[in-house]
Amino acid sequence: MAQKTVAGVNLEVTDDGYLVDPSQWTEKIAKEIAKEENIELNDKHFEVIKFIRENADSGLTIRKVGKSGIVDIKGFYDLFPGGPLKMSTKIAGIPKPTSCV
Amino acid sequence: MKKILILGAGTGGTIMANKLRKALDREEWDITIVDKHKTHYYQPGFLFIPFGIYNKQDVIKPKADFIPAGVNIIYNDIDKIVPDNNKVLLEGGKVLNYDFLIVATGTRVDPTETPGLKDELWQKEIFDFYTVEGAVALREFFETWQGGRLVMNIAELPFKCPVAPLEFVFLADEYFTKAGIRDKVDITYVTPLPGAFTKPKSTKMLGELLDEKNITVIPDFYLESVDNKEKKIKSYDGQEIPFDVLAIVPVNKGDDMIERSGMGDDLNFIPTDKHTLRSEKHENIFVLGDASNIPTSKAGSVVHFAADVLFDNIQCAIKGRELRAKFDGHANCYIETGFGKGSLIDFNYETEPLPGTYPLPGIGPFGLLQNTKMNHYGKVIFRWIYWHILLKGKELPIENEMTMAGKKR
Repeated sequence: MAQKTVAGVNLEVTDDGYLVDPSQWTEKIAKEIAKEENIELNDKHFEVIKFIRENADSGLTIRKVGKSGIVDIKGFYDLFPGGPLKMSTKIAGIPKPTSCV
Repeated sequence: MKKILILGAGTGGTIMANKLRKALDREEWDITIVDKHKTHYYQPGFLFIPFGIYNKQDVIKPKADFIPAGVNIIYNDIDKIVPDNNKVLLEGGKVLNYDFLIVATGTRVDPTETPGLKDELWQKEIFDFYTVEGAVALREFFETWQGGRLVMNIAELPFKCPVAPLEFVFLADEYFTKAGIRDKVDITYVTPLPGAFTKPKSTKMLGELLDEKNITVIPDFYLESVDNKEKKIKSYDGQEIPFDVLAIVPVNKGDDMIERSGMGDDLNFIPTDKHTLRSEKHENIFVLGDASNIPTSKAGSVVHFAADVLFDNIQCAIKGRELRAKFDGHANCYIETGFGKGSLIDFNYETEPLPGTYPLPGIGPFGLLQNTKMNHYGKVIFRWIYWHILLKGKELPIENEMTMAGKKR
C-alpha cells in the first residue's frame, strides 16, 4: 500500500496503483490517472467507466464489457489499449479484477 | 413425500446423491437425479490421453455404478427449470416437482463462441482436450507428427481445471523429448492471464519451470478469431501467432438449460452465494460446482470440498434454519510437470497458493509449490480414490476447509 496525491486528493493506493477505497473516486481523479497512462478521457470512456463501476462486484470480464451495449470488445481495446480491463478498472477506481483460478 | 431433485450426475451431483441418501429418511425424502448421459467420465484423465498414458477405457464407467440404491436416476435432457413454480421440465414433456433443487450441471467448452475455431481444421490440426473425442483425436495426430509449432491457447476465463493447459505443455515437452523430436517442436503457451498463472508465488514457480523446459509464454493474449487459411490465432489488439497444431481451451459456458431457464449470467453460470452455495435469487435452489459463478477454480476438488458445506446447509434448509456452513473456496490441484514429477497447490478465496507441505504440516508427504516425484504419485493414485471413495461421498483424510498449517508465506 502507498499514499498518492491525485487531483489534490490524498489517496491510498495498492502497489500497482489501484484505489483502495472506490468511494474516494471522482471524474477528476479518473482523468489524472488516465493521463499517466497516456489516455485522454472522452464521453465514451466515461460511459464504459460508469458500466465498470456499476458492475464492479459481479466478476467483470472483457467479454462482459463487450456485451454491455456501450462498446464491443474491439472498441474496448481501442479506448484502453493494451490491457483494457486492467487499465479501465484502474481509471474507474475499483479493485484490480482477479482471475478466478 | 418431500422431494430433493439433483440436476447433473457428474462429480458434484453424484457425491450429493450419496451423501443425502445416507442421511435422509427414505420414508420422508424422495431423491431424484437427472442427467442426459449414461457414462461418467473421469475428466482429470482426459489430459493424459493425447500422450498415450491413458486410453478411453481408463476414464469411463457407467454412471449407474455410482448412484446408490434408493435414488431415482432419470437419463433425459433437461428443458428448463421453472423456479417460481418449483418445477423442472424435461425434454419430451415430463415434469418433475421439487422442494429443494441442487443444480450441478457443470461447465462445458463451446468452440462456436470463437470465429474460425470450429472450422475446417477442427479436430484435424486444432484440438481441445476437454472432451474425450478431442483428446483421442489429438493422440492420433501426435502419434505421427513430424514436429513444428505447437501452440496451447486459452480462449476465455474462467475455464475448467486452470492448471490443465500448463500440465499439457509440460507433458508435451516430455512426450516429444522421448519421441526424439523435441528439437523440432516449438512449444508456445498463449494465455489471457498476465503470466503463467494468476497469483504471484505460483506464477513465479510455474513460470520458471516453463522457462527451464524451453516453453515460451505469451501473456495478455485475448483470442478474437482463428485464421484457418494462414493457420494463425489473432487477438483483439492485433497480435497474430502462427501454429502448425493448436491445442485450445475453448470458451467455457454453463449448460444451455440455464440460459433457457433465465437463471445464468452472460456465460450461463448461476449467480450463487459464494459462502452458503445457495442461489442468490431462489431460497430452495442450491448450486454446486462449475455451474455456479463462485470465484474459485472450476474443478473436481472444489466440488468435493464444497459438497461437505452444501450437505450441512441442506440439512439446515430442510429444518427451516439459517444456513450455518460457509464455503471458503478451497481448491487443491495436482500439477503434472512431466518426467514423473508433479507439483501441488492448495488455496482458497483469501489465500494464494503458498509453498509448504500437505496434508500434514512439516511432513507431507506432498510438497506444495515444489516439483517432486511424490506429488506425481499423488495424481496417479487419485484416479483410484476418485472412483472408489470420492464419488461415493465417503470421508477422505483431508479437511474441507483450507488450513494455513504447513504453509509458508
